[in-house]
Amino acid sequence: MVRSLLIRGMLVGFVAGLLVFGFAKVFGEPQVDHAIAFETAMDDAKMKADAAKGIHDMPEPELVSRPMQASFGLLTGVMVYSTAFGGLFALVFAFANGRATNLGPRAVSALLALTGFIAFYMVPNLKYPANPPSVGHPDSITIRTELYFAMMALSIAAMAVAAVLRKRLAPKLGAWEAALIGAAFYVIAVLVVAAILPPINEVPSDFPAVVLWHFRIDSLTMQAIMWAVLGLGFGALTERSFLAKGLYHPRLTPKLVWR
Amino acid sequence: MSDRIIGPDSVSAPIPVREILPWIIFGLVMMLAIYFVGAEEGATSIIKGMYVHEWVHDSRHLLGFPCH
Repeated sequence: MVRSLLIRGMLVGFVAGLLVFGFAKVFGEPQVDHAIAFETAMDDAKMKADAAKGIHDMPEPELVSRPMQASFGLLTGVMVYSTAFGGLFALVFAFANGRATNLGPRAVSALLALTGFIAFYMVPNLKYPANPPSVGHPDSITIRTELYFAMMALSIAAMAVAAVLRKRLAPKLGAWEAALIGAAFYVIAVLVVAAILPPINEVPSDFPAVVLWHFRIDSLTMQAIMWAVLGLGFGALTERSFLAKGLYHPRLTPKLVWR
Repeated sequence: MSDRIIGPDSVSAPIPVREILPWIIFGLVMMLAIYFVGAEEGATSIIKGMYVHEWVHDSRHLLGFPCH
């Protein structure tokens, strides 16, 4: 049971990864190239200034060529990330389905993906946004990584507490009110965390704003594609399989009556 | 019972936790894979050198992880 869910999750994640890669290749890569052009111009200027002072900088050796980074490198990273998230998604679904809500598998999957997108990516990135190359000092990579993962961990923890809260309160207050209180708890918790954690702003003052904007929107879209495919694709396949195996019996077909 | 008209009043039975637990090991493998894409040879390093970092460089930036 868990095994088939896990395999399905990874397969859906793999398909999502292909779509994410396609988007990243067409829309994201040009922004990375713009950012690297800016970085190269800055490095050249620094090298010239140092040479005038009699210091000769050595250019950094290139381990992986740019065309490789932008094609197979990007593909590897995106596919591993997306397939792994598909597997994790399936395991969380295995636990949440039949426990978190009384909704069917399709709706559980969609809600899980929506909350996953918010908790894993959107909220951590509102505090510490995605940055293209040349934004961020190499010296601060440790603290930036620690803060980013701390923000992500606390966001996920707050989302888990919100889900428990919603479930506990639902019988007393009703589904709508309980969901609102859970959501309010999450929003307040991450606002407090974001206010406490220190800000990071290492965008060079003359870095093109349009490149930064497009880069961040492309990063957001990649995640939106991945989570949407996971939530809707995994949900549709799982509901169909559960119905076929008799693991899910909707007693009443949901029907909206328009009056 | 009017509220039952708009929602499915049925749940697929939850999978027992003891059945899910052994599969957590795969969850850890997934997290390790995400670590290699997102953070290896940046803030921390398991493998020496910078090759993994340089290979996944563009995806690390675009997926929102901090990078050099």
